Amino acid sequence: MYESTWMFCLKRILTLPFVLLGVSILTFVFIRFVPVEPAEVILRLARVAPTAEAIQALREELGTDKPFLIQYLLWIKGVLHLDFGTSFVSKLPVAHELFAKLPATIELAVAAFVLILGISMPLGIISALYKHSIIDKVIRLFTVMSVSIPTFWLGFLLLYLFSLKLGIFPTNGKGTLAHLVLPAFALALPTIGLFVQFIRSAIIEELQQHYVQYAQLRGLKNSVILVRHVLRNAVIPLSTLLGMTLGNLLGGAVIVEQVFSWPGLGRYLIESIINRDYPVVQCYVLIIAVIYVLANLCTDVLHRLLDPHLMMKDRRD
Amino acid sequence: MSLLRKERANVKRLFSLTILLVIGLLGLFAPVLMPHDPLAVDISKKFLAPSWDYPFGTDHLGRCVFSRMLLAIRYSLGSALVIQIVAILLAILVGAFVALKRGIVDYLFIRICDILLAFPTLVLAFGLLGLLGPSLKNVLIALVFTQFIYYSRLIRGLFIGLNEKDFIQAARISGTSGIKLIIRHYIPNLLPPIVTIVVLDIGKVILEIAGFSFIGLGVQAPIPEWGMMVNEGKQYIRQHPELMLYPGLAIVLVVLLLNHLASSFKKLG
Repeated sequence: MYESTWMFCLKRILTLPFVLLGVSILTFVFIRFVPVEPAEVILRLARVAPTAEAIQALREELGTDKPFLIQYLLWIKGVLHLDFGTSFVSKLPVAHELFAKLPATIELAVAAFVLILGISMPLGIISALYKHSIIDKVIRLFTVMSVSIPTFWLGFLLLYLFSLKLGIFPTNGKGTLAHLVLPAFALALPTIGLFVQFIRSAIIEELQQHYVQYAQLRGLKNSVILVRHVLRNAVIPLSTLLGMTLGNLLGGAVIVEQVFSWPGLGRYLIESIINRDYPVVQCYVLIIAVIYVLANLCTDVLHRLLDPHLMMKDRRD
Repeated sequence: MSLLRKERANVKRLFSLTILLVIGLLGLFAPVLMPHDPLAVDISKKFLAPSWDYPFGTDHLGRCVFSRMLLAIRYSLGSALVIQIVAILLAILVGAFVALKRGIVDYLFIRICDILLAFPTLVLAFGLLGLLGPSLKNVLIALVFTQFIYYSRLIRGLFIGLNEKDFIQAARISGTSGIKLIIRHYIPNLLPPIVTIVVLDIGKVILEIAGFSFIGLGVQAPIPEWGMMVNEGKQYIRQHPELMLYPGLAIVLVVLLLNHLASSFKKLG
């Protein structure tokens, strides 16, 4: 039985609350893995001697002495009001700081995404059209290299070459477009490799389809066949990669931000991990998971709407 | 022609495998091969140029870079191997159990996986590491966990794909017990895809370990690990860029060879 596109979307949207509930429970349970008592961490950070009485008093204040379920309900009530608790270090609301750092990371991720599409599309197309030629081999070498280079090392190579030796781009900081180029490229490169491989094999597969032969027999120009027919079909499966790409960009951003001193979420996360600022880590994981779940939902729906094969089956039923 | 191509692929595979084996052996016998103690600090010998005595020179603390590179093989390649083997064995246990049981167990398993896979892998690993605290042991735990979730779901799918096959049905009807069924019938048939997946991801795991160590969440000083060595070298990028160059190149070389090996396995079947 084949379900209709609308049924599929509806089902997908209906499962969303359950996944989000699970994600929230898991994120909350996460904090239980902590090998030390949070109250003790707070006291130590405040340079107060962590005596048994002081810990007990703080636990009552934080509410961590209550039963697990009550704690979860209190926490989730706060989360729904965008109250993610207060940072152990700065004593400010966690949400406030995280949302303040979010735009910088989004800026970096969007720039990287533009680079991914802008670079991998032409490379993938050229590599497929000139299959097994020298240029294809060079492009394939590039793609293999791109997935084998550690992001942070690439970042430093770029810094060394373009900032220290050639002086084209600034070493760190944020503000102008020039600041954005190197970090965005370092973040994009591993995913560019995957995209080029994907586009290449998709186009090669499409070129062997009968409709291409038929279009040639009808006397259409090769360029028209390529742009109007082959590319359109080859690009659709790319939408399935979008979720993974977002994951790569968010995870990779943590490392790239560290290399280029980019004032985003990732750097804040590392700082918080080293300071054992658990509410920040918890909030970060929750926010990223929600973004990721919503993005995956969108790509599933998008893929469903874009793919003519699936739509056709839809009409037939 | 096809025979020639096959032969060439074989030679290429053998080539990568040999170099990787040599690197592995270098790591295994590092204590014997190291010309100096990789942890011995001697400030008077800092930033020495490469010489017969110190093949790669010395770092900011006067430690022999060559010896450190050798010992680091254990922490980079070695830990990645351990992570992959532990993760895949756990995944086979759980995946096989779920695939043979089906029913409510399977349903719950899939739901839990859905929730865990709602986190991007790296972010999940960062989160776990953030709570457990920075150390090599915790990196191993975090990465085994994230790889395990992904693999157990994959293995479940592979096993279920075989469930309906005639030879499995035949073995079942003739009364083969669960464990024997898994060991004698399922695993031998699934070995090629499983090996390919494991080899393919070793490179990824090496990059992740290096990334964590680079940030300061993984292997802690003074233990050498390639990502960690890049981190140590970064302060001296202006004067001594070669300190960052060696470990970085080592990572690229090993990951390239592993990726090449994995893609040749993939072509094989």
